[in-house]
Amino acid sequence: MESYWIPFVWLAFVGLLGGTAFKIVQMGRLASREKTVFPTLDAKHGARSVLHWLLPFGTRNMRLRPFFTVVSFAFHACLLITPLFVMGHAVLWQQSWGISWWSLPAPVADFMSLVVVAGGLFFILRRIAAPQVRNVTTWSDYAIVLLVIAPFVTGFVAHQGWLPSKHAIALHIASGIAWLLAIPFTRLAHMFWFVFSRAYMGSEFGAVRNARDW
Amino acid sequence: MSDPTDMMIADAGIDEGIKKLTPERIEQTIRHVLDNESAARMKVYLETCVHCGLCAEACHTYNSRDRDPDYAPVAKVKNTLWEMVKRKGKVDGPFLKNAARIAFTECGACRRCSMYCPFGIDIAYQIMTVRRICSLLGLVPQYLQDTTNSHAVTSNQMWVQPDDWIDTLMWQEEEAMSELSGARIPLDKEGADVFYSVIAPEPKILAQLIGNMAVIMKAANIDWTMPSADGWDNSNMAMYSGDFEVMGRVERAHWERAAQLRVKRIVMGECGHAYRGAVYDGPKWLAWKQPPIPMVHAVEFYYELIKSGKLVIKRKIEEPVTVQDPCNIVRGRGLHDKLRYVIKALCEDFRDMEPRHEHNYCCAAGGGVINCGPPWKLSRMKSIRCKADQLAATKASLIITPCHNCHSGIEDIIGHYKLGMHVKFINELLVKAIDLES
Ligand code: HEM
Ligand code: HEM
Ligand code: SF4
Ligand code: SF4
Repeated sequence: MESYWIPFVWLAFVGLLGGTAFKIVQMGRLASREKTVFPTLDAKHGARSVLHWLLPFGTRNMRLRPFFTVVSFAFHACLLITPLFVMGHAVLWQQSWGISWWSLPAPVADFMSLVVVAGGLFFILRRIAAPQVRNVTTWSDYAIVLLVIAPFVTGFVAHQGWLPSKHAIALHIASGIAWLLAIPFTRLAHMFWFVFSRAYMGSEFGAVRNARDW
Repeated sequence: MSDPTDMMIADAGIDEGIKKLTPERIEQTIRHVLDNESAARMKVYLETCVHCGLCAEACHTYNSRDRDPDYAPVAKVKNTLWEMVKRKGKVDGPFLKNAARIAFTECGACRRCSMYCPFGIDIAYQIMTVRRICSLLGLVPQYLQDTTNSHAVTSNQMWVQPDDWIDTLMWQEEEAMSELSGARIPLDKEGADVFYSVIAPEPKILAQLIGNMAVIMKAANIDWTMPSADGWDNSNMAMYSGDFEVMGRVERAHWERAAQLRVKRIVMGECGHAYRGAVYDGPKWLAWKQPPIPMVHAVEFYYELIKSGKLVIKRKIEEPVTVQDPCNIVRGRGLHDKLRYVIKALCEDFRDMEPRHEHNYCCAAGGGVINCGPPWKLSRMKSIRCKADQLAATKASLIITPCHNCHSGIEDIIGHYKLGMHVKFINELLVKAIDLES
């Protein structure tokens, strides 16, 4: 990796963490203006709901659509695990911080990257094919999926050496930075809002209304 | 595409209202509600929705209308709120007419979709926000607005006058006495164990339900009372028309009447939306941490009476029976197990519904939808074909509905889809089944 990337990589991580923290604090302020949010939130029932919705086939809707459930969980699992443990990144952590940790064997990482890409393509096809999804789709939904799979495509290409290494790595790093920065500022914020919105609904159903929401 | 014939339905409440609007008023009202009356939840919901359509099949309207994408919960928000946000409140009359149609007649705020959206996005809350905007703009279906007006003037939903109310109670007391000697309807009894409240359609058109309750109370030997003045009606249509000021006033009157009589608790008749208004929406709007007196729904009350042996069931119903789990007491209170306990105590041949419990489909009448009145009835029937299939599949002949909206809604479904079934409240079955001698 060329050293001129370093400030941009810093920017990406600061943007991701700072942006997320900013968003959550801002939302906490807004939430305290609502009579219901904080008094309703309940740790036990909130956690109960979040866990059901994080567990594959833990909810009725997931059981009603098994194929989608498998794709969605595979997509998300690979998407979160691969970048943390891929060899190329482990090397970089080692070089810049001296931290070394477990890394995925290259063929496994390759496979997991392809799962993310395949999952992304499935989401795009589903958007086109299923009328109830197409009806609420805008160009940005496609753009987001493409952005999400981009680092996996480019990382894979770099690893295979299909392009001159320098170009492939440049494309990869650029898309990786965009990926990280997009999380707090686009619908990808669902990564952290998920916990709050689900916990709120779980509390409202469980603690207030004595019912289950899965 | 929404059903074109439904889109053309005329409703003076909406159509005449639109003529009086100016672009400035529309914009100001929408911005007021979005900026001042909603905050974090709305923002998170708008930002989080990934447009995945997983909520679609949760909704009876979508399932009943051949999976028309415009009836998916997310599409209802897209065609109303998303546009209002995107255009910063600069929307026109035809847009608002469609938004009002969607918000009042195509969503019953049943919250089933929140159990199917992975993020638990509260579509019903978003749709209620659209209703709020419509209400402030004066665009409420005429029949629904009439019930709200009645609440505002008389505090009850159906223009029942004070003397009519007392007359009806006295008449029903006589009826009850002829069933069971000593049955009374004690008025304004201070310190009673139970304050019984009903919704206004009972004195207006279903008075025998009150008489039945007097028999049940006597048979179970309950120290109870009913109020002689305002506050007796626990229903709240203003909650659904978006007139939250009147909603708060109605709930306050109900709770204050009970507090004034220093009763130990309120038991309310078989109604779902009334339960929701009294226990959740009302106190929330009034900024009460919790209501001043405990309150139970009739289903919980019957459960206690049967379980404790205060009521003894003598003759069970023999015909095949099924039950409609009302959204507001099942998804809204988790009473499904108690409900089944009561039904199994009362009936020989119980056939459960599928899906059931929290996953049951709404009746399409609740949430103020049936109160939009005759102009919208056919549209409502088209939106609830899946309930007709669900009912028919049970092969029961009697459907128990411990909720007034479910009761009327399901009667309409039976008529429209020619199911040849009939509908009863638990109250009606109880008086026939209990032992009146001991
Ligand atoms: C932001 C700074 C990033 C840098 C500097 C970086 C750098 C690298 C490098 C040097 C490689 C090794 C390529 C090779 O083997 O030749 C790599 C591989 C990879 N990166 Fe990144 N990356 C970044 C962000 C990301 C992000 C955000 C993701 C995913 C979300 C990602 C996913 C991957 C994957 C999946 C591979 C391996 C692909 C395979 O082996 O099949 N990277 N990255
Ligand atoms: C642990 C945190 C996360 C959770 C719980 C989560 C959950 C979800 C859920 C429930 C959906 C709805 C559709 C489905 O079930 O697949 C979804 C969709 C999606 N997620 Fe996540 N997600 C998380 C993190 C992420 C991250 C970090 C990314 C990428 C940066 C991402 C990218 C996507 C994309 C692109 C979709 C859209 C699929 C479509 O177009 O229909 N997710 N996510
Ligand atoms: S009717 Fe019920 S399921 Fe359908 S959109 Fe409204 S709240 Fe959701
Ligand atoms: S399921 Fe939830 S996130 Fe998906 S479209 Fe419906 S409301 Fe949006």
